Amino acid sequence: MNLYELTLHEARDLLDKKEISSRELTRSVLDRIEAVDGQVGAYLTVAADSALAQADAADRAIAEGGISPLTGIPLAIKDVLCTRGLRTTCASRILENFIPPYDAAVITKLKAADAVLVGKTNMDEFAMGSSNEHSGFHITRNPWDFSRIPGGSSGGSAAAVSADMCIAALGSDTGGSIRQPASHCGVAGLKPTYGRVSRYGLVAFASSLDQIGPLAKDVADCAVLMNAIAGYDAKDSTSVPVEAPDYTAALRDGLKGIRIGLPREYFETEGVDPEVKAAVRSGIDTIQSLGAEIMDVSLPRSEQVVAVYYLIAPSEASSNLARYDGVKYGYRDKEQTTLMEMYRSTRSRGFGSEVQRRIILGTYALSAGYYDAYYGKASQVRTLIMQDFKKAFESCDAILAPVAPSPAFKIGEKTDDPLTMYLSDIFTLSANLAGIPGMSVPCGFSREGLPIGLQILGSHFQEETLLRVAYNFEQATDFHTRKPAL
Amino acid sequence: MKITEEEVLYVADLARLNLDAAAVERFAEQIGAILDYMDKLNEVDTQGVPPTSHAIFLNNAFREDGEPAHLDREAALANAPEKEDGGFVVPKVVG
Repeated sequence: MNLYELTLHEARDLLDKKEISSRELTRSVLDRIEAVDGQVGAYLTVAADSALAQADAADRAIAEGGISPLTGIPLAIKDVLCTRGLRTTCASRILENFIPPYDAAVITKLKAADAVLVGKTNMDEFAMGSSNEHSGFHITRNPWDFSRIPGGSSGGSAAAVSADMCIAALGSDTGGSIRQPASHCGVAGLKPTYGRVSRYGLVAFASSLDQIGPLAKDVADCAVLMNAIAGYDAKDSTSVPVEAPDYTAALRDGLKGIRIGLPREYFETEGVDPEVKAAVRSGIDTIQSLGAEIMDVSLPRSEQVVAVYYLIAPSEASSNLARYDGVKYGYRDKEQTTLMEMYRSTRSRGFGSEVQRRIILGTYALSAGYYDAYYGKASQVRTLIMQDFKKAFESCDAILAPVAPSPAFKIGEKTDDPLTMYLSDIFTLSANLAGIPGMSVPCGFSREGLPIGLQILGSHFQEETLLRVAYNFEQATDFHTRKPAL
Repeated sequence: MKITEEEVLYVADLARLNLDAAAVERFAEQIGAILDYMDKLNEVDTQGVPPTSHAIFLNNAFREDGEPAHLDREAALANAPEKEDGGFVVPKVVG
């Protein structure tokens, strides 16, 4: 077995027994990147030298007995998280040469735990997209089929985990950006409750929706990463002062008596691929056979979710992205001689077309005369969407659903039609609007060999319930053990 | 069509973006189709429903007043496209 194929908990075991060193493990991962990333394109920056230095430091810590759950583990980081001294681009030309002067809160935690940061992964520019085709630098290909997208916006992190170019990864999820690429690449991914993980140092897209979470080779690894990143942080004013539990403890219990809701609106949605329906249905049957009680629930405003999200997220983005003005950091068009033309030219040249489209849509939805009809109305329907979930979780402990309506689509298939692209997010957006946690685990493959994910949703701060359902399901199936042929 | 080319240009101006004629035409068409789709919101009665701007209930997050750590000037200026005498430089603003 190649070391790069190890899961986090397998690597932990071998490192603790001193059967391997972090340097050997890190070297193996770096060699794997060298061998396959030319085809996949998962990374924007590979930090080989600093990764090996961190590996050596981890090996010294292990020799001295100072072991944390992440000591010496090579991780990939979505390029939306600030890493001190290491280029952070958000896959945008406007931040092409940005070297953050500080670490994001989660990066500080990973470094304190002696983790090894292998590099920064590709994404849709400013996390706006569902396919990684909107990266300002290059596309990422799905390791299971190079003619297809890996999903997005954390497509680089998902592809890196799937193709064994890291042991595990961090991503961010504003409308499905962890769960959908995890589903398309056949890996496990968890979007925590809003406020559970500090957003300090996460480059802002839509501040009321963004949340950082793990992508990993199995569910247990997601629990280990959650233990490392969850918790209150005074530097994020939306961080919730609720103590984070030991998420690995959630993996001990079975599913007997757990109540699982199936939102009838999700299963009546038109245009869902029959193979996705069959895989999700079979996943539900497996979970039922493990002792879960299955029941119908209703989320009546599911029909409005895409409209609400694609008003609120672009509105927040148009405000957040006002900071890119060519003054304090990032790209500047130095040819311009007036301040206003410098702003305009810098932003027009620095942002890609999807980002510009969303800035214009968001600015329009917030502008005088349209605010009430669009942003205001969407914010009211958001309240009703939250109430739908609150009511559903009065009768069930978790909800099962598809992640995406189809397996990974072809590169270029939807780039000319933004609305069709947005509609493919139909099953993931509501968790962000309601602030609840959501997870994707592999539940099958299409005839063409493309992975399909099962989505598990829970109420606020119930990540443990999601992990428990996902872990029991994983133990009863073998989808997570399959690897793409590279 | 929900949004005219003139409106796209007006909004682009508010957002400090330069759009060429082809982009204006494309955005008017695409954003128009997106706004048509948003009509789904009008199917929902929101009379008396309070808006949500934040999914988790939190009061204002106050901290003790004090002098926390901050970046030194050199680090804060390190990424500036143009700097001089410890400050950011921009094109001339007043004539």
